[in-house]
Amino acid sequence: MGELGIVVPAVLAGLTTGAIYALVALGLTLIYGVLHIINFAHGSLLMLALYAAFFLKTLWGIDPYAAVFVLGPAFFALGYVLQRGVIWPASHGQDSMILMVTLGLSIVIDNLALALWTSSTRTVDLPYAFAVIDLKLALIPLPRAVAFVAALAAAGLLWLFLARTDLGRAIRAVAKERLGAQLVGIDVRHVYAMCFGLGTACVAVAACLLLPTFYVTPQVGHAFVLVAFTTVVLGGMGSMEGALIGGLVLGVVETLCGLFLGESLGQIGIFAIFILILLFRPTGLFGGKSA
Amino acid sequence: MPNLGETMSKRPLATRRHVLAAGTAAAALMGFPALLGAQARTVKIGVLHPVTGGLSYSGIQGRHGAQIAIDEINAAGGLKGLGGAKIEPVLADAPSGPAGVAEVAKLNEAGVVAIQGPFASGIALPTTQEAARFGIPFLVDVGVVDQIVQRGLTNTFRFGPGFGKITGGALDNLAAINDAAGKPAKTVFLVHEDGAFGGGMAKLMATELPKRGFEVVGTEAHPTPHRDFTNIVLKIKSANPDLVIPSNYLNEFVLFARTLRQQRVNPKAVYAVLGGGASNIKFVKEHNADAQHIMDVNHWFDPRKPQSQAFQRAVEAKGVDLTYEVMLNHACMHVLAEAIDRAGSTDRAKVTAALAASTFDRHIMPYGPTKFVNGQNEGAQAVNTQIVGQRIEVIFPRAFASAQPVFPVPPKS
Repeated sequence: MGELGIVVPAVLAGLTTGAIYALVALGLTLIYGVLHIINFAHGSLLMLALYAAFFLKTLWGIDPYAAVFVLGPAFFALGYVLQRGVIWPASHGQDSMILMVTLGLSIVIDNLALALWTSSTRTVDLPYAFAVIDLKLALIPLPRAVAFVAALAAAGLLWLFLARTDLGRAIRAVAKERLGAQLVGIDVRHVYAMCFGLGTACVAVAACLLLPTFYVTPQVGHAFVLVAFTTVVLGGMGSMEGALIGGLVLGVVETLCGLFLGESLGQIGIFAIFILILLFRPTGLFGGKSA
Repeated sequence: MPNLGETMSKRPLATRRHVLAAGTAAAALMGFPALLGAQARTVKIGVLHPVTGGLSYSGIQGRHGAQIAIDEINAAGGLKGLGGAKIEPVLADAPSGPAGVAEVAKLNEAGVVAIQGPFASGIALPTTQEAARFGIPFLVDVGVVDQIVQRGLTNTFRFGPGFGKITGGALDNLAAINDAAGKPAKTVFLVHEDGAFGGGMAKLMATELPKRGFEVVGTEAHPTPHRDFTNIVLKIKSANPDLVIPSNYLNEFVLFARTLRQQRVNPKAVYAVLGGGASNIKFVKEHNADAQHIMDVNHWFDPRKPQSQAFQRAVEAKGVDLTYEVMLNHACMHVLAEAIDRAGSTDRAKVTAALAASTFDRHIMPYGPTKFVNGQNEGAQAVNTQIVGQRIEVIFPRAFASAQPVFPVPPKS
C-alpha cells in the first residue's frame, strides 16, 4: 500500500487543522486561566463568528481574511459586554453558577441562530479556495497554510501582550491572586471582562481563518469546542504555549489515528490522550507554570 | 429563502389585549370546531415536518412543497367532490419522533382528515403508528426505511420509493451507464458515513458491485459531523479508482467534494447514492465548479411533465430552493387532495379507502399512475441526476431523461 506516501501530507494536514484547534483553545484557556470559567458558550460564539464572517462576505463582499480586523474588535466588545452585562451579574460570584450561565448562553445563542438562519449549510466560494502550495510530497491548500501561519502569529501576539503590557501583567496578577490584585488597585471586574473579550476575539479570528475551507451551520461550534477543551487540558489549564502545542499535537494525532484506524476512530486518539493526561499529569504538559 | 426568523422578528410583541383575543379565539375553536368548519367550508390536512432542529432545512422545504400544491388546488376551485371546499393546512413541527407523536395527537384534536410528512424515517415510524390509533390516513413523503410500510398499518402510505428499490435501481443504472460508454469504469472506491444509512449502503454495495463487474478497491467510513476529508481523499488518490461512490449527508458531501478538487483527484465519475449534496441546487449554485458532473441517485421530478412547468415557476416565485423535499411534498398533497375529492367525504376511513385505490397520475414525479400495495406506491422510483452547468439534469432512466449522461467526466482544472 502507498500508506507511507500518505503520511507526510496527512501530518501536514493535521498541523493545519491543529492550528485552528489551538486558536479556539487559546481563547478558552485565557478565559479559564484567569476567570476560572469553564466557558460552555465558546463553541456557540465560534458559530456566531462564522456566521458574521459569512454575512460580511456575502452581503458586503468583505474577504474573510480582511474580516479579521472587523470581527476581532467586534467580538472583543461582544465578549466584554457579555462578561460585564450577563455572566458577572447572573453568577453572583459563584463558579458553579457561571458554568450554568455559560451553558444557558450557548443554548440561547444556538437556538437563536437556528430560528434566524435555519439549519441550512452555508459556505463561501473564494477565488483562492483551491489554490495549493505544491511541496512535491504534498499539496497544501493555500487557505490552510494561511490559517496555520496566522494562528501561530495570533498566539505569539497574545503571548507578547500578556508578557509585556500593563494590562497583560494585571491579567496575570488577577489569575494568580485575585484578592492581592484587588488590594494593589487593579479593577478586577474590568480585567475579567477584558479577558473574556480577548478570548472571544480569539474565536472570531479562528472563524475568519476557518471559513474559506469550512461551512457554517448553527451546530458547527460543537465540532470544535470538545476538542478545544481537550487541548486546554492537554496543554495545561491557562497556559498559552500549552494551548498552542496541545492544539497542534491533537491535530496530528487525530489525522494519524484516522489514517491508520479509520476515520470513524480518528477522534479516539484525542480522547485517549484526554484520559491519560487526567490520570497521569492532571496539570497538563505546561500546567505547572500557568500564565 | 424566507425563514422563520423573518416572520418572527416582524411579529408584534404580545400585549395583554392580543393574548386575550387569542385566548378567546382558541376557546371558540376548541368549543365549536364543527360549526367553524361548516362556515369556512374547508378540509383540514395535517402538514407535519421537522421545521426546527437539525433537520429543519429539509422540513421547511417540505412544508413549502405542500403549501405550493394547496395554493394550486384552492386557486383551481378547491375540492369539487366536496362542493369546492378549500384545503386548510394545519402546520405541525416534529423535530424528533417523540415530539412528532405529540403533534399527531394535536392534529387529531384539530380534526384533520389526513396527514402528510414527516421527511425522516426516524420520525415517520412513530408518527404513522400514532396516527393509526386515531385512524388518520398518513401519506409519508420521503422516509426511505422500508420498515415504514412493512408493519401492517392500514393507514400508512408511502408515495416515494424505499431504500431497497433505490439502491437496486442505483446499481442497475450504474451498470447501464457504464456499458453504454464502453465500460470505462472497472474499479470503485466507497466513502460512507458510519451510521445506519451510510453503513447499510456500503455493505450492500460491497456485495452487489462485484456481481455487476466492478472491483471495490477501497472503503472508508467517516463519522458525522466530520471536519477534514484530507486523509480519505489521499487514500483515494493513492488507490486511483475509476469511480467514487459517496453516501453521506450534505455538509460532509460538500467538504468531500471540495477536498477532492483541492487534492486534484479526478475519477471518471463521482456517483452518489442518496447523496446529500448532489441533488441540492444550493450546492450547484454556491460551488458550481466542484459540483460539475457529479451524479446522484435520488428522488427527483420529471421536468417534462406539464404540471412541472407550473411547479417550477411557483418554486421560483416563492424564492425556494428546488429540492426533492419540495417536489415530493407537492406531489403528495395532490395525491391526498384527489383521494379526498374522490371519496367525496371527510370521513377518515373513506379517505383511507380512496387513497388505497388511488390511480392518480397528474403529479410531477416520474412514477406513472399511483398504485399502493400494502401502503407502498409500486411505481415509485429514484432517478439518476447529474449536475451539468447550472442545472440538475435527469440522465437515467432514458424515458424521463432531460440530458445525456456525461461519462466519463472531463478532468477538472
